[in-house]
Parts: sequence; structure tokens; C-alpha cells
Amino acid sequence: MTEQVAVIGIGQTARYRSKLNVSMAGLVREAALEALSDAGLEWKDIDALVIGKAPDMFEGVVMPEIMLAEALGGTGKPVIRVHTAGSVGGSTAIVAAQHIRSGQFQRVLTVTFEKQSESNAQWALSPSTPFRPHFNSGAGGMFAPVIRDYLRLSKAPEDIGCQVAVKDRQHACRNPRAQLQLPDITLEQVKESPMLWEPVRFLEACPSSDGACAMVMVNGKCTGSSANPPAWVHATSMRSEPSFYPWRNEVNPAAGRECAKELYQKAGISNPRKELDCAEIYVPFSWFEPIWLENLGFADEGEGWKLTESGATHLDGGDIPWNCSGGVLSSNPIGASGMIRFAEAALQVRSMAGEHQVNGARKAMGHAYGGHNQFFAMWVVGSSAP
Amino acid sequence: MTSRPSPDIPEPKEMVERPVYLTYRYRANPQSNRFLHAIKQGLILGVRSKGSGKVLVPPPGVCPETGTLTPGEMIELSNNGTVLSYTIVHLPIPNSKLKPPFVVANILLDGADQAFSHLIAECELKDVQIGTRVRAKWKPEEEWDYGLENIEYFVLSGEPAVDIESHREARLQEAAKHA
Amino acid sequence: MRDVAIVSYAQAPMQRDAGGRTDVELLVPVMDQALAGAQLGRKDIDFVCSGSCDYLAGAAFSFVMAVDALGATPCAQESHVEMDAAWALYEAWLKFQCGEIDTALIYGFGKSAPGDLPDVLSLQLDPYYTQPLWPDSISLAAIQAQMSIAKGCFSEREMAQVVAESRRNAQRNPHAQLKGEYAVDGLLSEPTFVSPLRRHDCSPISDGCSVLILASKEKAAALCERPAWIKGLDHRMESHFLGTRDLTTSASSKQSAEALQLDRDKLDCAELYAPFSHQQLILQQALGLKENTDINRSGGALAGHVLMAAGLDRFGAAAQEIFAGRADRALAHATSGPCLQQNLFGVLEGAA
Repeated sequence: MTEQVAVIGIGQTARYRSKLNVSMAGLVREAALEALSDAGLEWKDIDALVIGKAPDMFEGVVMPEIMLAEALGGTGKPVIRVHTAGSVGGSTAIVAAQHIRSGQFQRVLTVTFEKQSESNAQWALSPSTPFRPHFNSGAGGMFAPVIRDYLRLSKAPEDIGCQVAVKDRQHACRNPRAQLQLPDITLEQVKESPMLWEPVRFLEACPSSDGACAMVMVNGKCTGSSANPPAWVHATSMRSEPSFYPWRNEVNPAAGRECAKELYQKAGISNPRKELDCAEIYVPFSWFEPIWLENLGFADEGEGWKLTESGATHLDGGDIPWNCSGGVLSSNPIGASGMIRFAEAALQVRSMAGEHQVNGARKAMGHAYGGHNQFFAMWVVGSSAP
Repeated sequence: MTSRPSPDIPEPKEMVERPVYLTYRYRANPQSNRFLHAIKQGLILGVRSKGSGKVLVPPPGVCPETGTLTPGEMIELSNNGTVLSYTIVHLPIPNSKLKPPFVVANILLDGADQAFSHLIAECELKDVQIGTRVRAKWKPEEEWDYGLENIEYFVLSGEPAVDIESHREARLQEAAKHA
Repeated sequence: MRDVAIVSYAQAPMQRDAGGRTDVELLVPVMDQALAGAQLGRKDIDFVCSGSCDYLAGAAFSFVMAVDALGATPCAQESHVEMDAAWALYEAWLKFQCGEIDTALIYGFGKSAPGDLPDVLSLQLDPYYTQPLWPDSISLAAIQAQMSIAKGCFSEREMAQVVAESRRNAQRNPHAQLKGEYAVDGLLSEPTFVSPLRRHDCSPISDGCSVLILASKEKAAALCERPAWIKGLDHRMESHFLGTRDLTTSASSKQSAEALQLDRDKLDCAELYAPFSHQQLILQQALGLKENTDINRSGGALAGHVLMAAGLDRFGAAAQEIFAGRADRALAHATSGPCLQQNLFGVLEGAA
């Protein structure tokens, strides 16, 4: 007999930035305190702490839950730290939900963060394998060839990526937390911005951010402490596959497809485009929107770019807005980004997304991926209990 | 109650930079050893996975498709290959001699089923496509050491481009014979 | 609470230096062995969870390579903690309680040989006040030992007894790194290394990996003659700053013992992850273990210490005692952080 999981507290850094003048403890506490306040709870009410973040090379602290537990009220409590590469924000939320769903805990605080300004993010993203030439071309260098292959297979027009870049930054202008605030952004600007790793241009890439995101999840019977409506967790799913193997489909990865399939089946969804009101999907480079639209079944293979081009994923006028928060393209504290997607989906169904709210949103999806398009974590939340 | 730093106390420091240096000494596994010794002699070796029948290069130690050790036969591979995918890097890489823009490609050598990353040079950037045929250009022999860097970069071989999907089919059939 | 049991366990030989073989190459045969022990294939596993540490390996995303051991098809339901794999076991156990899985494979791995372990562990410390002094893990443990001895909690002789017993017990484990008959007086005559610790009071540096398989009640009986049933799991964190907690005891261990309603009279053995001899004494005392409980029949971490797997190894070793009928009830423990800052406990039983 499993328990219902509800999100009653959400906290985020007030404004994601490339460098925040605060200690790591200060960074996580800001998000945690906001989540607790939203939940109407105090530190002492929390039964367990679930922390997540990406590689420790981003901050230079090994296993930082050890030195941060106190700052998050973790003394005397169970504390666990998840690390699943870029999807970690999402998988941490799932592990936290499991703490409740299992019946073992009633109220869990989960916090994810990255303070990548402490170290060198490009270096941390380009680990060298011993005895192999190292190009240190970073995440872009790794993903650009995948995008190149998507362009070949889909025959998409060259400017689809730029359209995504404009859309997500326009959305970001309605989210005061988003790092990139570019109210005057135009398609021309994006097309003229410097090329980084073809075909990805500067304005088509995510920024490097410091930030934290926290959620308070409770047993469905304990939602009363919050003055705000809960978001109910309908389904969660995780899948992984190896980074490289012969003829691996990196453009439409099997792990992503299977993860989404299980998610929809658990959530009772047969047509995600129609049955979801919006989605927060991990798009760190613009072309990942059409790529994931296909991978997640919102569009048929080869057709994802058409959905983008039609404006369907725009907050204004679109029937399936994606990344109303501005998405990863507008803020990317790597360890937190997955949880920000999950949290923003929850904010939507709680009607708490402020200016980037999708009117009447009742069911939303959160998605995170990591590694070489190999680790996936997803959830569906709703405004009513499943 | 407000306080101001006294004139003798300097402005509070907000940031201290503390580089940390850690040393790791890695040794190559037996297959990597053979691969590296071979490449020092100008030979590129791949290893056939017993589980899948496919040829992997450089040898990974464990076949990722089947999760089995790959102590299988090592096969000499051609210097010729096909571009499976690529990007053109415009961002300068710290501490690197490479001047942007340059091509980094996933190159599938003839006889192999897994691509590896390397550079393509001595060509017009627009001439590199998925399916383009390339050939290894080695550094002068006296500069050869233990690494794929012995290949300075790949150059266009001039052969007609390959249809990747057909190539894939052919390779899968080949692998099936050996699995 | 849903019944979950350990049904199989395997570990690589613990050695000072595994040489050129990578983590994943070490892992594959151990995984094969653990699966064979439960007559399962990779396809029969519902969930995989692992524990490892990037800084130990010297590369970001180092756990990713190990995923190759799982194979590509079907896509694995897989997760990872940047902690000892005992916490990966905990994550999997929660998933069982959610009713989502019936089998799980847990693995932990680490090669300490390539890097400088004390430096790596020093980076666990708070970076603002403590870490810049570069206190290494051994010195911190030594401070803890000194405080305990000064307080009269135990003596250097008792520490040496722990070491002697560990080495003696380890003779039964073909995979242990340090084993043999050592006289206590002989050990005490050794010079101190980082006082009051002698070299032998510190666990060795080891390369290796371990794999453990969990199964639900529905499946366990078919997979193992005498499964080791997990009757309870509890873990707690303590304060990080060394001056704010009593290092001579283990408050979190007491908390867990209470939460698990630990029955000390019926405990046949306890596998305690004590990287230093004095820490075994601190844990024993904090838990109030009695004479009837054998400590570390495997030799414990003093006989071989694969960082990131050593906690899982305690669960494995305790399970093996139950598999073999040498114990009916066992306690398994894992620790993380400096001076036993965080602790995890599991009670295992031979009866369902």
C-alpha cells in the first residue's frame, strides 16, 4: 500500500546568476527557507533530507552533503545525496518522492544546487579519459554533433534552434528568477550571435549559473500546513543507457523513449501533447527542443521542428507551452536544473507561476536528462490527487 | 547599530582563490597497452566484442552493449574512415594549440563499429559532411608516442561520400556473423 | 513494511593496487558472480543503484563508465549516489517499499591507488575554515582517538586487540587484503604513525568493488536458500564541525539503535565499518553491544577498505553469515564523513 505524494513547498534562488556572492550554505538555505515557508513548516518538522547535485568538481568540495547538512537542518536526520549527472535534479526529486511514497517518512526536504562559479565549469564538464586525446570542447562540443545528425535526419530548417532560443528567453522575461533577461531579443540577434560549436550559436546555448532549488514533499494526508494548494505527484520514471556503443541512436535515445513510455503509462496519459497543459523540459541547447519533442512523443520522429515552428510550444498562443520559466536556456545551475524543471511544473499546477503561468494548468510534466543523452528522469504532477 | 571598518582594517574580502592540485597516476589496462604499443608503431587496433560481434576502437575493456569483458581478438584497422558526425569548434580551447575554427568529428574507421573523436583539417569547412570519407594523416614517425595524437588529424580522402544508413546495415550484418 | 532480503553478494579481491584494470573491468566479473549466486541474469534486475566518488576516481562523471557493465538493452532503471554503496542499498530498499520493484542490484566501487586518498578525503571538509588547513583523514581520526583515550573510553591496548582480531578473522575471507596472526604486544611495540594511531590502527588503502542483490519476499525464496532479511534500516547525520560534537561517542549510532529497537541480547554478530581501530570501540560502546555479539567476523575495514564499497561490504559480510547459518541476527553498519559523522545501520535476520 503506497502513499500519495504532494509538493507543498517550493523554493528557488531569487535570481540565478553566473556568480552569486553567497556561501554554498547560504545558497541552499535561501531555497530551503522559501520552500519551508511555502509549506508552512519549520526545519524541525522535516523527517529526512535528500540532496542532489552534479559532479563535485564544480565546487571543489567532495561529498558536500557532509559539510552542508547542518545548514539544512540535517543534524540527527537521514541525509542522502544523489548524483546522476545532469539529470540529478530530477532524480533527486524522484528519490525524495520515494521517501514519502514508501510510507517511511511524512515530510521530506529536497535540495539541489550548483555553485559552478567556485571552479571552472568548462573544465569540470570535460573530464579527460586517460590515454585518449582530449579536446576539452565542453558540453557543446559533445552535443553539437548530435544536433548535426538531427538536422540531417529531420531536414529541419536551419533557424529552428534560433526560434527556440528566442521563445525561451521571451518566457524568461516573465520569470524574475531567470538569469538571462533579454527583453529585446530577436531572431536576427540570435542568428548573428557568434558561432560556438556549429550549429550552436552563443545565444542558442545555456548560461553557466549558480543556484539552488528546493521542494518540500509530504504525505498526501499532511498538506494542510501550507497556505497554498499542493501539486500531486502522479508518476515518476527513470531510465539509463551506456554513453557510447556501436550505432547507438543518440538523436532519439532509447532510454528517453522508454522512460517517457513508462511515465505516460503510469500517469494514464496516451497523448502527451493533448493531455498535458505544459511541460518543463531540459533544453540546454536550443535544438534539444525539437529533439525531445520527438523523443517524448509530442511529435512523430522527424516532425519535432514543425511543432516548434508552428508556435505550439509558446506560452502565448501555444497549445503545449514548453519551458514557460525560460528553461535551462535561461538559467543553468547544473545540479539544480532538473529539479527546477520538476518544481516549475509543480508551480504551474499550483497556479503559482506568476507571470509565466499557463492559465488553468492542471497537469504538467517535468523532465531532466544527463550525460551523453543517456540518463533520464521525468515526472507528471497534477492539481488533483491521482 | 551601524559599524564602519576602521581605517586600519582593509575592505572585507569577498573571494579568495585557492587552487587545489591533486595527482592521479593511471595505468593502462592490458588491451589499452596493446593498443598504445601498436599505435606507437603506426598501427590502429580495434577489438571485437565476443558478445556483440562488433569491433570497438579504442578498446574499452568492457563491451558497453553487452556488459561483457572484451578480451577478444584485436584487429588491425584501416587508416580510412567515414565521418559519422562532426562539429566545427569556434570557441578557443584553453591551453590548446588548436586555432578555431576547426573540425572535431566522430570518425568510424573501416572495419570498426564504434567511432572516436578526432580532428579533420586541410580542407574547406563546408566540405565536411556526415558520410564524408577521410584518411588519417600521421605526424612524422620520429614524433610518435603512445596515443591517438600520433595521428595529427584526418584529411579528406577524396572518395565519394557514404550513405550512413547503408553502411550501418552492412556493418550490422558483418557483426552478426561474428556474434 | 515490505520484506526485502539480501540474496547474493560478491566482492573483488581487495588489493593495494588493481593496476591498469578500470573500475568497470573489475566490476563485470563480480557482477556476473553475484548474479550467478542468485541464478539471475541482468535482464532479471528491476533496479540498479551504485555508490562511488568522482574525486576518488579523479574524474567528473566517473560513475558513468560503470554503467557499461549493465549492457545497453533493455535500458536500465538505474540511479547513483555519490556516497558509499550502502546508501545506494538504502535508495533501492525505499523503492521496494514503494512496491515498484522485486529485484535490485547494488554495486560500489573505488580505486584508491591512483590518487592520494588522504588529500581526497581532506576535500570533504568545509572549504571556508577547515579544509584550507588540509587536515587529513588520519590526523582527524587520531585526534578522536586521543580524546577518547584521555577520557578513559578505551586504551591503546584495546585498539591493538581490535586489530589482532580483525587480522585473525580476515583469514577466513579469501578476498581480505590484510590477514594473519598478530600478537597484541607485538602490535603495541610498533612505533606510532600519527599518534596515538599506529599504522595498523588505520585501514589499508584498497582497490576493489562489490555487488549485492536484493529481492522481495515474492522472489527471494527461489533465489537463495537462506536469504538475509532486512528487518530495519536507519541512517543519521551528525554535525560536521568537529568542535560541535562529542567525538568520543557516536550520537547518531545511538539514535539509530533506538529507532531500530536494537535487541542486543539476540545479536549474533555485527559488521561495523570502522576505518580505524578506535572507531570500532567507539561504535561498540555507543551501541551498547554485548559480549555475545562477534564484531567483524570478516575482519572489517581494517582487513580491506574499498572506499565507496566498504559499507556495502559490511552488509554483504553480515548477509554471508546468515546465508551460511552462522548467524540468525546480524547488524550491518556503514559510515561517511570525518570521524563517523554519518552512520547507517541495518538489522538482518535469517527468519522472514
